[in-house]
Amino acid sequence: MPPAAAPAAQPPARHSATRSLLRLWPYVRPIRWFLTASTVSALLASLSALVIPLVLKNIVDGPVAHHDTAGLWRQGVLLLVLGLLEAGLFGLRRWFVARPLAGVERQMRADLYAKLQRLPVSFHDRWASGQLLSRATSDMYTIRLFLAFPLVFLIVNSMVFLTGIGIMFTLDWQLALITVLPAAPLIILCSYFERRYSAAARLAQDQNGDLATVLEESVLGIRILKSFGRHRTMAARYRAQAELLRETELKKARLLANLWAVIVGLPELALGTSLAVGIVQVAHGSTTAGTLVGFLSTALSLRWPVESLGWLLAYSNEAATATDRFYEVMDARPADSEDGPVPDGAPERASARAGARDGIRLAGVRFRYPDAPADSPDLLSGLDLHVRSGETMALVGLTGSGKTTLTALLPRLYEINGGRITLDGTDIREIPRARLRELVSMAFEDPTLFSASVSENVLMGAPDASEEELERALDVAQAQFVRALPEGSGTQVGEQGLSLSGGQRQRLALARAVVGAPEFLVLDDPLSALDVHTEALVEQALRQVLAETTALVVAHRPSTVQLADRVALLADGRIAAVGTHHELLESNPEYRELMSGERTGEGTEDGSLVR
Amino acid sequence: MSVAETDLTETEQGELLEEPHRREPRLPQEEDRAPAPSGESEDIPVPPGAPRALLRSLLGPHKARVVLAMLMITVQQAALQVGPLLVSYAIDRGIPALRAHDWGPLVAVTAGYLGCAAVATLLQRSFIRLSGVINQAILLEMRRRIFRHAQALSLDFHERYTSGRIISRATSDVDTVRELLNEGLQELLSVILSVLYIAVLLVVMDWRLGLASLASVVPIYVFTRGYRRRSQIVYRRSRTAVAQVIVRFTETMNGIRPVQAFRREAANEEAFSVSNGEYTDANAQGLLSMAQFVASSRATANIWITGVVVWGAVLVTQGSLELGVLAAFVLYLRRLFDPVDQVAMFLNSYQSASAALEKIAGLLAHEPSVPEPGEPVALPAKPEDAIPGRAVDFDGVAFSYRTGKQVLPRFDLRIPAGQSVAVVGATGAGKSTLAKLLARFYDPTEGRVTLDGVDLRELATPELRRGVVMVTQESFLFSGTVAENIAIGRPEATREEVEEAARAIGAYDFIAALPEGFDTDVRKRGGRISAGQRQLVAFARALLADPAVLILDEATSSLDVPGEQAVQRAMATVLAGRTAVIIAHRLSTVEIADRVLVMDQGHVVEDGTPADLIGGTGRFARLHAAWRDSLV
Repeated sequence: MPPAAAPAAQPPARHSATRSLLRLWPYVRPIRWFLTASTVSALLASLSALVIPLVLKNIVDGPVAHHDTAGLWRQGVLLLVLGLLEAGLFGLRRWFVARPLAGVERQMRADLYAKLQRLPVSFHDRWASGQLLSRATSDMYTIRLFLAFPLVFLIVNSMVFLTGIGIMFTLDWQLALITVLPAAPLIILCSYFERRYSAAARLAQDQNGDLATVLEESVLGIRILKSFGRHRTMAARYRAQAELLRETELKKARLLANLWAVIVGLPELALGTSLAVGIVQVAHGSTTAGTLVGFLSTALSLRWPVESLGWLLAYSNEAATATDRFYEVMDARPADSEDGPVPDGAPERASARAGARDGIRLAGVRFRYPDAPADSPDLLSGLDLHVRSGETMALVGLTGSGKTTLTALLPRLYEINGGRITLDGTDIREIPRARLRELVSMAFEDPTLFSASVSENVLMGAPDASEEELERALDVAQAQFVRALPEGSGTQVGEQGLSLSGGQRQRLALARAVVGAPEFLVLDDPLSALDVHTEALVEQALRQVLAETTALVVAHRPSTVQLADRVALLADGRIAAVGTHHELLESNPEYRELMSGERTGEGTEDGSLVR
Repeated sequence: MSVAETDLTETEQGELLEEPHRREPRLPQEEDRAPAPSGESEDIPVPPGAPRALLRSLLGPHKARVVLAMLMITVQQAALQVGPLLVSYAIDRGIPALRAHDWGPLVAVTAGYLGCAAVATLLQRSFIRLSGVINQAILLEMRRRIFRHAQALSLDFHERYTSGRIISRATSDVDTVRELLNEGLQELLSVILSVLYIAVLLVVMDWRLGLASLASVVPIYVFTRGYRRRSQIVYRRSRTAVAQVIVRFTETMNGIRPVQAFRREAANEEAFSVSNGEYTDANAQGLLSMAQFVASSRATANIWITGVVVWGAVLVTQGSLELGVLAAFVLYLRRLFDPVDQVAMFLNSYQSASAALEKIAGLLAHEPSVPEPGEPVALPAKPEDAIPGRAVDFDGVAFSYRTGKQVLPRFDLRIPAGQSVAVVGATGAGKSTLAKLLARFYDPTEGRVTLDGVDLRELATPELRRGVVMVTQESFLFSGTVAENIAIGRPEATREEVEEAARAIGAYDFIAALPEGFDTDVRKRGGRISAGQRQLVAFARALLADPAVLILDEATSSLDVPGEQAVQRAMATVLAGRTAVIIAHRLSTVEIADRVLVMDQGHVVEDGTPADLIGGTGRFARLHAAWRDSLV
């Protein structure tokens, strides 16, 4: 995990583990009877396992002592029945919950996924996708395991423990006392080591994450490392991290060693003592040999319930953390609830009718990223821009001036902090998100393809578009290479399919944006990865599409600017100038510098033309 | 669960890593098609015996420790298994002796029991500590080897194998092995030893009952084998299914902008539900087959206990067995069958660990195709007053992919020291391959590439990298501050030099404007750095490295015009006199070169100064005319 995710991942406040776990109830409720059945089976199985030593005692004291063969058979059958019962019930315990628990996991994961898709982009900016994924996989697994084992066995083992102690006290209270006495220090010591161990384990997890980060970067940046011959530096860094991890792991091993010493040592001590005392008692006739056998056997079968308490509790804690992490996401407010108060509807609608063909209008738009440092200025500070209906407007500005950010505001991937944006006169906050995003079609700077066929990827923009429209869009984007793919537009691409080059992906992303003739088109530097030749062809084809739509095109190059009717220059969070390419070249030194690179004199601040 | 976390990085990062240099439409039979398979399939063969050899070489240095640890656990288990034997002795000897007022046997038994308990406890503790030391040493060495090997492997391997898989080798696969080492092995050793001891003790105490008890091994073995087979199938299914889930999940989260912009939420949920359901089914099936195994093996064990106890009781009543022995049998039998469940668990972790080890061994067994020279040669020293650039020669060079598809037919090319050469041509013309041969990311199939007359293959890596540096279109930033990222070019550079490099490339202003200036962590809040800015950082890095030969492989694609001009200015001033090879699709970049090569299908079809070519009638002239038109 990149450490970047850490601040966001911190749970806001830790409440008690029980309170956290209780939040699982909505998911557990539908399967509560299966869980109950499972618990009852486990309890019965454990109890029948407890009764077995009693039967053994009876065999030793009864039929064996009295040479009673008939009695032996009766006891034998009883033993067999109990044994089969134990086995069958333990199997049943798992069988009852296998499908229901897998179902719970599935439901939780599906809910998480659905929720995440609807959270605003600003949420995703804060959370590394790795953090989200670990919630969808390992945390779900932890919760499922908790429901399957610790939850059931915390109940079962406590009851078994109490019953077993009861049996032991009935058999021989003195021996029982000796056996039970170490239980208290055992539990205390276990939970002491358990606590320290889980602290060390958490540290190890973090260090593992750091180690993975170094590794990831060394692989992702392999070209850079190879270019500069820096792999030794990186290897030294990796080794240092790995050694840190080893120290922690060794500490874990030492704690574990102590833990096991306690778990093995204390019960043996008690058993040894009770054996000695028991022998004395048998010799003095105050107890029978069978009782001693039964007693020791019972004591042995109680070892697991006692030993397990430590890790059952530790695991429950872990499950509580997993639940918290799950609800951290589930409690986040979805995009819909972040909507500001919708401006009074009536006048808007009136103006909507009036400005039926008003195009895109941004008025006094202010924006800053939610995670921007508090003392930094707004990225967009009172920006006004009007793209007339049917017009293509190029948006230019220095790197980092906020061009890409501006494009993301139109389909409300981010919410503006002030001002308003209207499409044909209607405030975008009044248009349902789904409808808005249907109206505004986008091509992003970083062309993302999904694991699906080419046509599915392109038709994302207009699911109802026809085959001809798909073909036309591919033609516009000069993506004819698709036809040469093994299965044409049915070829799988993305992570699990054919991997395409940056230029190919960019052309598909462009096709996706233009398919189905959207009313408003937003293109973010759509030609950056294309070679000169292809770029020229795309431009030619794109012109026809742009003629029929209202478009905002982010441009870095004069050639892209040529696509537009007018150009808007973004500087210092506002639109500094609007005009045709030639007008701006003539009148605006800043624009001239941006487009031609011709400096208006090194270091001169007044913008006078030195040429 | 680091497994899932690393799986994610696999898919998360895979996308970033797409090879930028491949641009032409590619057909499946072509070599350079990235296989991009899902999850499990591996395209590097694992040499037979490689996993075992790896294990041996890892364990080798720790032989003495391993032997000691084995000894400890052997004695420890013996001490632990003595208990019931002492119980039997106490009942059969201690009680009668005590009745005869002889406390000797009882004291002996008690002392023996407590002594054994103490020995078992202490040895258990020491064993865990010692095995911790061994395990960690092995893991450290394994991690180190994977890392170093991955760094040594050539770029073509990285392109084929994909970053995600290398990452998962060193993370989730190592974790799987760790889990086996930490928990599985110790458990397995204890189980095997306890079963062995108990078996011997049972047979020694009473051979009839002993052998009868041991016969239970047969049915339990059958059940275990059946379970193992079933769980293997389920395991594979669930691995594939979880890979699907992870891919879908990360794809959605990383592409959340297009997902929301194109309203894919509902369709995604449907697709996710399919993968999720598949995974759920596999999980449920695994749980069910576990339930079946637990029930059947437990039942077998209990049937056997009953049979042995009843028979033992009969023998006692007949007088041919002592009561204490029966008691010991009862106690031992329960211990004998207790670990059956653990064995099932162990089988699972063993299965995944051996699969992981095999993958690791496969990666480590892969020979780097661009090896370090055995006896490196130094570059000839430069006279004081000479220009810093070095001459480059492609001497009868040809390059083909491993499958034989030829990319560059045999050619000769000489670039004098200090010349800057622009390479242009359509996608797939071989420009990037030319650059990669010069950077020695690949070795030529035929001929040789030399730097001042020295074959690149004879240069040690540090020497080579002082000579040749390549800046690619990819603008990856390492975690750390901006200054640290620039300093990768020359780690020993001072802060002033770093800032100077940034200034020379026109990156100083935007870096200084970041929340913490040059000390801004690029992965932390506020470190939002655009694609163009990243490329400037990459250039500053190259400037700092100050190489004799600089290769720019489409390194200006995301720059705006002022950015590109800053780069050109830097080339003319700070980097003056260096040999430069510039691949660009912006013709503005080409104009500043001393010489232009136009490539087509692996051949250099035009070669001359920009002015000559523009003035001519060739492809370059036509391209240039079209470009000029677009500017006005």
